[in-house]
Amino acid sequence: MSARLSIDVQHVSREFVTKKGQTFWALRDASLQVMEGELFGLLGPNGAGKSTLIKILCTLLLPTSGLARVAGFDVVREADRVRRVINMVSGGEHSGFGILTVRESLWLFSQFHGLPSKVALNRIDELLEVVGLAEHAHTRVNRLSTGMRQKMNFVRGLLNDPKVLFLDEPTLGLDVETSRVLRAYVKCWVREKPGRTILLTTHYMAEADELCDRLAIIEGGRILAVDTPANLKRTLQDEVVLRTEVCPALPEPQRLGRLPGVLRLVPEPAANGHQVITWALKDDGAIGTVIQALQQNGVRILRLEKADPTLEDLFMRMVGRRLTDG
Amino acid sequence: MDSDGAGQTPVQPVATGLPDLTFGQRLLLNLRAARARAYVRVVATGRELTWLAFEVALPVLAAAAYVYIYEALGAPASYTGFVLLGGAMTAYWMNVLWSMATQFYWEKQSGILEAYFLSPASPVAVMLGMAAGGVFMSTARAASTLTVGSLLFGVRYEVTSVPLAILAFLLTLTALYCLGMLCSSLFLLYGREAWHMAAALQEPIYLASGFYFPVKALGYWAALAASALPLTLGLDAMRQLMFAAADVGFLPVTWELSALGAMTVVYFWLAVRSLAAMEHMAKREGG
Repeated sequence: MSARLSIDVQHVSREFVTKKGQTFWALRDASLQVMEGELFGLLGPNGAGKSTLIKILCTLLLPTSGLARVAGFDVVREADRVRRVINMVSGGEHSGFGILTVRESLWLFSQFHGLPSKVALNRIDELLEVVGLAEHAHTRVNRLSTGMRQKMNFVRGLLNDPKVLFLDEPTLGLDVETSRVLRAYVKCWVREKPGRTILLTTHYMAEADELCDRLAIIEGGRILAVDTPANLKRTLQDEVVLRTEVCPALPEPQRLGRLPGVLRLVPEPAANGHQVITWALKDDGAIGTVIQALQQNGVRILRLEKADPTLEDLFMRMVGRRLTDG
Repeated sequence: MDSDGAGQTPVQPVATGLPDLTFGQRLLLNLRAARARAYVRVVATGRELTWLAFEVALPVLAAAAYVYIYEALGAPASYTGFVLLGGAMTAYWMNVLWSMATQFYWEKQSGILEAYFLSPASPVAVMLGMAAGGVFMSTARAASTLTVGSLLFGVRYEVTSVPLAILAFLLTLTALYCLGMLCSSLFLLYGREAWHMAAALQEPIYLASGFYFPVKALGYWAALAASALPLTLGLDAMRQLMFAAADVGFLPVTWELSALGAMTVVYFWLAVRSLAAMEHMAKREGG
């Protein structure tokens, strides 16, 4: 049996010119393939090029060079066809006309996809039930909370039953519960019917880890790696990841990066003036060295644990900074 | 690491078997889109009734000032009707300026424009829907202003031709809203400046189009230049037809109606071209 390509990106680059006339590359020679039925993630910090790539795939932006196809259609030459099989939900987006109710607003967007009203309203009612917004169907959009609006946006993205759904930071700024509901539904939606595909961008590594069948790590407009989350993390298995919480915070923790057996370290401020340091060590033998060095620097070790490598650790290794540093 | 993620499995592009939309399907899609976009304004008219206070009372008050000036100067009674008609038509001009020309910019800022461009519907259909909804919204305001003002000032109408008066009104609206559609895409270029541009245009057009006086008073060349605005010739034609006032008309009614028809075609064509150009520019330059 052969896998079928849903998204095909070949050597796509995109250059922007700033108002001051300077040019910068938001995407550089990006290539990736997403199979039909996959939930594929683009993981990278703000400004990495994730949204630029999504906008190109959604026909909202032209690539400077390269070729991109969605559902077999060229995003430049066959934009009209692409638009018939896609939809997109962006995080933090506004939700349309505040004067309309949730149901009216969703009906309005369904009409841009040509759905007969009866079909659209049935689908809206079903989807509102699924995301837990049914009781607000007749609430005006301008009276919804941020979480409710984003749930409504989600429903909007699913109205035309797209073959390919683009989710651009869909849980940005949402509370934990709403994020959980939406993530659970995303997982369910892509499996519900064969042939559906999701491309999700996020800078939340836990979201990428939890949801994605495969993901691409993107930084500075370049795709650095593509694989399953498990395989990506496996590349770090030759390293030992250690997390320590110390008090008081070390003034210059990076000095300890030169200790024998220490490959990298990432200090983070924690509550009450504490400091959490994540260490990437060559092997277990370096743990003693770290403890000794911390004690010599006059700090108290409050917590010490050997951790499983995360995508964040992988990103650190590849890029040299944290995913959330922006 | 697997750079293309396809592993060893043979990969073939998806053949979605997506047939071209027929003319009928495309038409239906765009009619649905236009109806949906018009719906927002139709609903808003009944849902937010604050407009009754601001958009009926204020034009009547503005017209009242001119009515009393004309009465004090002993102007013919038809001038009261001229003023009131101009006052009622301000609803359309305000709607075109603030809810058509600046609308796409506002919708861009609020992310709605992106949703239009993501869908298979034509942006022209969306604009037509916006215009249709705007006409509905403004007609409610204009009719209220005209009714209240007519009762208040005892305006007497002397309609010389009902069909021509209706035609003049309709052609004025089509030409005006096509101009609004053109401005809508052009204002996208100006970004935040669109608001200033709209504010700067509001009052001068009242003067140039002769909202409160017959445009002939501006002099031939000034009135001719102002005739590029559909309201100038539209108001003049309607005044001539509704108050039997051919003597104060700027041009013969048939000329004015022909010019309005031509403006409808030209402004619509320009609006479609400019919208396509704006969309291409947005895709090329981003933002």
